Amino acid sequence: MCGIAGLIHRGKSSNVGSELQGMLQALKHRGEDSTGYALYGDTDGKNFIMRFKVGENVGEGSSSVMEDVSVYDERKKIVDETLAEMGAKIVKEERTLPYSLRYEIDYNVKDLLEFSQRIESIPGVEILSMGKSLEVIKDLGNAKMVCDRYSLDKVVGTHAIGHARMATESGVDIKSAHPFWGYPFSDVSVVHNGQLTNYWNNRRVLENKGMRFMSECDSELIAVYLAEKMRDGATLEEGMKASLTGLDGVFTYFVATKDSLGMAKDTMAAKPLVLYESDDLVAMGSEEIAIRSVLPQEIDTYDPFDGEVKVWQI
Amino acid sequence: MANLKTVSKKSKAQSMGMHTEVLTGRTQQKFFNPDEAENFYYFGTYDVDFNKRTDLDVKDMTAPEANKEIDNLMSQGYGTIVIKNPQGKHSLGVGILNKLNLIFEGSLGYFGMGSCDGPIVRINGRVGWSCAENLMAGKVVIEKNAGSCFGAAIRGGDLICKGSVGARTGIDMKGGTIIIGGDAGAFTGFMMQRGRIIILGDVGINLGDSMYDGTIFVGGEIGSYGSDAVDSELTSSDQDWLKRKLKVAEIGENFDVSKMKKIVAGKKLWNYDNLEPTEKKGAI
Repeated sequence: MCGIAGLIHRGKSSNVGSELQGMLQALKHRGEDSTGYALYGDTDGKNFIMRFKVGENVGEGSSSVMEDVSVYDERKKIVDETLAEMGAKIVKEERTLPYSLRYEIDYNVKDLLEFSQRIESIPGVEILSMGKSLEVIKDLGNAKMVCDRYSLDKVVGTHAIGHARMATESGVDIKSAHPFWGYPFSDVSVVHNGQLTNYWNNRRVLENKGMRFMSECDSELIAVYLAEKMRDGATLEEGMKASLTGLDGVFTYFVATKDSLGMAKDTMAAKPLVLYESDDLVAMGSEEIAIRSVLPQEIDTYDPFDGEVKVWQI
Repeated sequence: MANLKTVSKKSKAQSMGMHTEVLTGRTQQKFFNPDEAENFYYFGTYDVDFNKRTDLDVKDMTAPEANKEIDNLMSQGYGTIVIKNPQGKHSLGVGILNKLNLIFEGSLGYFGMGSCDGPIVRINGRVGWSCAENLMAGKVVIEKNAGSCFGAAIRGGDLICKGSVGARTGIDMKGGTIIIGGDAGAFTGFMMQRGRIIILGDVGINLGDSMYDGTIFVGGEIGSYGSDAVDSELTSSDQDWLKRKLKVAEIGENFDVSKMKKIVAGKKLWNYDNLEPTEKKGAI
């Protein structure tokens, strides 16, 4: 059992970091092994923001192997050198935690595939997100712990999706935590509640087509599946509709891009989702109490039906 | 056991012990007698006065605290309780085995009004998954929409949603009536055993899948029929009953019930037998 939440403000920005924290914290009983945020902040859109990790959180409850912190420094150094070799200039650098970094990069390229492959060829390094608006922040613990650790409550933006995870199919670590970046597409992220039963079959097919998987978490398949569809020219909504038959199992998932937010529910409607929709705000979550943390007043909500796909623009 | 190669198809099934059970011995069934209605009380229930009314604000309460306070108010004789600020909390109003007028001014989360027997409930908002699960008797009216597994395994009473409901409405229901003013999702009436479901709007795929018995009435379009769910003739007595129920439910009073579809179990999946596993193996 996991919890997912998301919201999109239409025509305005808001304190999405704080709002999503409230929504995910309301769902903490659905899992607090790890929590992740995909925040679409207000930026000037000139530089790429790369969130990446050079190691795992090896704190209490983690299934990761302990490493010496000096290893993180060595990996960071190689990343810096590789960026310089590719002509990517680091405009701003933040190191929130020894293993977690945020770079603003001046880099003029449309295809991020080669860039991502070079960076991730460095052992122990994983790009959590790459985009001009998107930032994926995920770590062990509940929503408030992660929010406090990364000071997310001040992030202002238009939309966000997040995930409160109870680990079932894979380890308790950052690499298996949601959201997943829609590698190698800029500003695409996915969160999922459910279980995919044709994960390995799909993974083999997609890997043969050159797609990349970083974890053994079945949910990552959705991000990769949609990325592959878009790589072949499908729109986000077309990819999501194809996933209703292409993915087997039970699922409700959210996907976000630079200017949109979407949801899809499997044909058995086995996983919960409650949705609130108005002219200026769409908020949704696994349970109504998630929405109530943003809108405490009496509101009209509904459960989307089986096999439903919806996409909203900012 | 008879020689299965030589007997006719019908007697073959009978010789295997299928379709022929005659129940003997003393029945354990107890039949309800309206004359004795006043004697049916659970231990620890309260004598309440419907004219004695109070409000309860549960904004800062947990669900167990709110439910205990409802019980406490009933013990003081309050027969009408208005719950303020439920704010989508889970498991509110569960386990009420008492006559009571209960009004929620707002929405409930999961498992609202579960395992109840007797109360009359009005919810002015929406309800989450598994509302009124295992309802035995009473009436629950929801003014807005409801989540999935609405009325799962209810045994009796009337469960009314004036809006639309999610998937698996009436799953495993064993009695009572569920009335939906809007649309219903997939697998409505899944494995239902008794009772009736009325849907005025459209319904999703696999309607009445693997239903053992009971009846489903649909006013709109049907996504698809589930395994062993079949059409049946809508009789005049069905129509009279539907009109009466919709009037009591305060929805669809002017709805043309003559155009509704009636769905029942085809009973082709029925396969009850009294063979021992070893005998079954031999028969196959």
